[in-house]
Parts: sequence; C-alpha cells; structure tokens
Amino acid sequence: MRHTISLLVENEFGVLSRIAGLFSGRGFNIESLCVAESLDPTISTMTIVTTGNDAILEQILKQLNKLINIIKVVDFKDIDYVSREMILVKVNAEEKTRAEILRIVEIFRGKIIDVSSRTYTIMITGDEGKLKAFLSLMKPIGIKELVRTGPIAMARGERMLKIKEQTEIKEEVNG
Amino acid sequence: MKRTGAQIFVESLKAEGIDTIFCYPGGATLNITDALTDISQIRQVVVRHEQAAVHAADGYARASGKVGVALVTSGPGATNTVTGIATACMDSIPMVIFSCQVNTMLIGNDAFQEADIIGITRPCTKHSYLVRDVKDLSKIIKEAFHIAESGRPGPVLVDIPKDVSSALGEFKYPERVHIRSYQPTYIGHPGQIKKAMRLMLHAKRPVLYTGGGVISSNASVELTKFAEALSIPVTNTLMGLGGIPGDHPLFLGMLGMHGTYAANMAITESDLIIAMGARFDDRATGKTDEFAPHAKIIHIDIDPTSISKNIKVDIPIVGDTRNVLMHMLKIVEEEKDAYKQHHNIAEWTGKINQWKKDYPLTYQKSDILKPQYVIERIFELTKGKAIITTEVGQNQMWTAQFFKFLKPRTCLTSGGLGTMGYGFPAAIGAQVAFPKSLVIDIAGDGSIQMNIQELATAVQYNLPVKVVILNNGFLGMVRQWQELFYEKRYTWTHLHSPDFVKVAEAYGAVGLRIETEKDVDKILKQAFKNNRPTFIDVHVNPEECVYPMVPAGASLKEMLLV
Repeated sequence: MRHTISLLVENEFGVLSRIAGLFSGRGFNIESLCVAESLDPTISTMTIVTTGNDAILEQILKQLNKLINIIKVVDFKDIDYVSREMILVKVNAEEKTRAEILRIVEIFRGKIIDVSSRTYTIMITGDEGKLKAFLSLMKPIGIKELVRTGPIAMARGERMLKIKEQTEIKEEVNG
Repeated sequence: MKRTGAQIFVESLKAEGIDTIFCYPGGATLNITDALTDISQIRQVVVRHEQAAVHAADGYARASGKVGVALVTSGPGATNTVTGIATACMDSIPMVIFSCQVNTMLIGNDAFQEADIIGITRPCTKHSYLVRDVKDLSKIIKEAFHIAESGRPGPVLVDIPKDVSSALGEFKYPERVHIRSYQPTYIGHPGQIKKAMRLMLHAKRPVLYTGGGVISSNASVELTKFAEALSIPVTNTLMGLGGIPGDHPLFLGMLGMHGTYAANMAITESDLIIAMGARFDDRATGKTDEFAPHAKIIHIDIDPTSISKNIKVDIPIVGDTRNVLMHMLKIVEEEKDAYKQHHNIAEWTGKINQWKKDYPLTYQKSDILKPQYVIERIFELTKGKAIITTEVGQNQMWTAQFFKFLKPRTCLTSGGLGTMGYGFPAAIGAQVAFPKSLVIDIAGDGSIQMNIQELATAVQYNLPVKVVILNNGFLGMVRQWQELFYEKRYTWTHLHSPDFVKVAEAYGAVGLRIETEKDVDKILKQAFKNNRPTFIDVHVNPEECVYPMVPAGASLKEMLLV
C-alpha cells in the first residue's frame, strides 16, 4: 500500500542522508522524496511517498521519529489532505500534432515552456490521476523525456504541521 | 579569556565529570593530546588498537553505568572504531566517541588520513556531529553526552577537525540541554499500565521476559520485587543476565537458542508474556510464527521501534523500565486483596519446577576437561563476586549458562553484534572503572587473538585482568554447526594458536596453564590472587557442544538436548 508522509526536520546538513540511509539500511522503499525550507528557515519540510503494509509503515514512522534531527512525522493515512506534483515533459511536436498538443495542454491547464523546431516542453501540475491521464494522451504523440518532482502534500482545512515544545505522553495503539 | 578548541574540549570533559578516556594518538589528535598533558582529573588509558579503545570504553560504561569515552585520530584511527561503535549501538551502551578530523578546508579533498567517519558510522550511532566552528564545540559535547545516556542509550560520535581544536573561542559549558526534536518518553502511560495489570491479575501461566533494558535503567531491584510479589517466573535474555539473581528460585535461566529447557517451554506454554527492556531478537524467539502461540504479550520498552517490530504486541507501554515497574508495584500494593483473591498460578509454578528438575543445564562428565566445569568452578571460587566479560561463541554461551550472575552490570558481553575480540578490552575498561574488583574475561582460543595486543595495555597500566582461554583448538561454535548441520566438514574452523603462556610472558604478564580437572582450582586460585594481568590457557575437550540448542529457524520447543 502507498503512503504519503510529511516530516518537519532540522534544516541542517546531513539530515537528508540520515533519512535516506534509514530507508536503504532497513529495506524500506522511497517512491519519491521532496524537501525544501519551510516558513521557519531553521526547519525543512519533507514529503516522502513510500509503500509497505501496516507493520512496515508503523516501523517507518517509528524509526523516522527516532532520528534525533526529525521534529515531527505525520502519516496522511487517516488525514484529509491535498497533494500535487509537477512534471516537465518533452514531446515530439511536428506540424500535424502541434495543434492537438496545444489543445490537450489547455484542457489540462498546463503550459508550454519551451519550443524547438521538433519539440514542445510542457509543464503541468496536478494530482497523480490527472498527470497519469495527461501522460497517457501524450504517449501516442511521442514522449521524449519526463521529469517529475514527486508529490508534496498538506492537510486540508486549518490543520497544520506544528512543533510541540512540550513532552507528550504518547499512548501507543496498535492494530 | 580566549582558549583553544583543544582546551575547550578538556574543560568540557571536566565540566561533564568525565574521569577516564580510552585513547590512541595521531596527527589529528595532537592539539587535544597536548592539552591533556598533566590533566590528572582525566585518566588517559592509551590502548594498542582503536577498536580496543571503544570496547574498553564500552566495558567501562557497562560495568559502571557511566558514559564511556574514547578518543582517536582521523582516517584509519576513526575507521578502526567502527566495530566497537556498532557493538555498543546494538547493545544500547552510552558512549561518546571523539574522532579527530583533517582541517575543515581539506574535508572532501581525499586528504592524508581523511575518512568520512560521520558517513561511515551513520547507521551504527545514535547520533553524530561534525564540529565546524569552535564556538559550537562545548554545546555539541553537552548534547552528545545527553543523547548518549538518555532515552534508549547509545553511542554518539563527535568529529573534531584539527583547525577547530586549534582555533580560539570562549569557553562556556551549557547548564542544560534542550533539543526540540528529541524528548524520550520515561513515564509509561497509566491507562496502558492499568490494562497490563488487569491481564496479570487473571493470567494462569505468566512469564517475565526481561532484557538489557532492566540493566540499563537500573531496575533489577524493582524487577526482583515485582516477580516476587506475584510469584511470576523470570527468564532473561543474554543482555538481561544479572537483572534478577541467577540463583533466585523464580529464575528460569536464559531463553532462546541456547536457553534452558524450562525457559523455552515456559515461553511456549505461557498465556501471558511480560517483556521488559527486551527486543524479541531472533536468537531469543526462534521461529517467530511459533513463538509463544498461546500468549498475550505486554511489552515495556523505552524505544517505540522495538515494540511490535518482530512480534506483534497486545499491550505496548513506552517508558523507562524502572519507572513502569515502580508504578506496577504500587498497583499490586494498592490492590492487594484483589490479587490475593484472583491471582493463582500455583499449578503453573509446579509445572515449571518439574521442568527445572527434569531438564537442568548439564553436560557429560568425562576424563577430558570440560569447559562447563571450568566456568562452574570460576563461579564457585569467586562466589559470583566478579565482573565477567566474554568473547563470542561457545565461551559466551557456556558462561551465560553456567555462571550464575548474581548482580546487574557483572555480565559484559557483545549480545547483539556478537563481536569476537570484545571481551578482553572490555575487561580492561571494567578494571579501570573498578580497580579493586576481580575482572575475568572468559575467552576462546579464536576470539582472544582478535585483540590480544591489549596485553601491552594491561601490563603498562597494571590492570590485573584475568583471561581464561577455553582452548579447544577450534572456532568452537562454528565447528558445532558444522558438526550438526554440515556433516562434520570442519573447513576453516581448525585453528593453530600460539603458546598463550609464552605470549603472556613475552608481554610481561603472567601465563598459566590448566590441562586436567585437578589443576583447575589450584591454578585459578593462584591466578585470582596474583594481582597481575594473567592469561590462563585451559585445554578443554575439542569437540564439546553447547546444549540445549534450538536449530536456527526452528521453534523454541524444538530443542536438542545433551
């Protein structure tokens, strides 16, 4: 099963390698990982998409929490959230397909950000389903190159990722 | 007043109350080495190999309960510490390892004696720091000690470049530490504890399964009291030995691959397992699908990642073992009447006592000297009043079985990583912590060769460590597996060893030899009294096996007996 996890981490050197090393050392999967500075410049926000059953996910969350530089770990499993990804696609753009590509890009609210005599480079954002639909339409036209950012995620409504300064008594609930 | 980084380092150790470091010098340590000249508050034990410095700091930490400290140079000095750090990490031992590093300008340039030790040790440290500015040095040292000894303890590495130790800065040691991303849970959740106690009240076949967490949280008194209050039998992991006195009537012995019949059967037939500070390691559980098939499981541990990692737990309690035990004892006291009325496990106790009587730990006597006999005699002659370290393999398992550890912090052994070469330097560290105690390393002829150079350290500082070498001419545990599972093809396991008596004498230590049963008491007594570092080369039966044995991948009830 696929899971989206958000992390608040200290914005220090070496933190990313601790997280990447944890995943590789313990045989967990990373499908994608996005990291950049947050509103507070001392903290980075990270979005990781991973796969695994419930027991593996439980270990991933606990092991991440155990790393000293990680401030907070949230699994979006039971939280209503929004998630977006951006892709850049370079497609064949010949005379007979150019109009078709423009139409599709418009429908998907994308943008052509670079043009050459034989290619278009398209930028498009959306959730997984939208990007998949777009790519399937581009496939017959001819995708030459694809770069994805991986998704970033945020809880809906007023819910936020925040630091708790107080020590909390955590009740562990299993299964 | 401005001071150099090296002076700030020394002042920080003093402020932290560090009285001993285990070290080895090199180009990158020189600023710090020089700053430690004539600093008598900090005893500086110079070893002969950096791996041994870390094992010695580890032995010091396990025996004393204080944080162990090692200091080494850059490059090979740092990489030599890796086995020691991984050993301490697996067994949750509080340590701070200072590695020196090339100048910050040179880092990443493949400079002479440069190694990315932070990168290399990342998976086997609790945390690590590269000090990039002298103004951060004292704060980092404070944090390193705090992280090493709090929560689930572990080794922390601090890498100090040479230009940082020579740079000038102000010394101010922080009084307290606050790390916003690190706040271990010490107090167990009261609701969970209540649920656990309710299960205990009605359990008919309960077993306490306790590990190294009982030792590191200093909970052995509370554990013993708790077991006695409810008459619950106790089995220990290797790391938990000494958590309850080895001669206590409720003690079942160690469980697992070389555990006792009673311990493994009690786990298998139990209806309630109360795990404390143990992590359900594969050597303890055997085949996990058939581990305790009838039992509900309560698990108390300070590290949430240990809970439900290998075995699904019914009632998890995250917290310090001692804290939780005290809370539980209070409940037993408050609800005395309920326990009197409902708690009845006499039938279970009877069954367990029968197992103990029918299948005690034993070995076949013969004319050839048996290693188990030697360990029994060490126990009798010392009356258990010794700090015992072991190497890894048969020597370790026989010690766990036949030496009845009466007190916590007297069994120092590499449980998780299983590091050959651990016992001798760890004994040196324990002897530094307790100069007057009898410290004995129970070794094999294979393991002792992995850090035998430390004889020089023991002689130089006159640390009267005793090394009992159970010499069978084999890498015994591997040979045992070859005998049982590889049709006796003893490939690679038949070893030639030097004359250990002469080796000891060449280093300036005492060398003694035992070849027959009648010499055992006489020579051991002589060794224990001589107040000098001593090797005792004991020629034992070459093809002796450790029993009981649960074959790898089998369930605990499938034991091979003698």
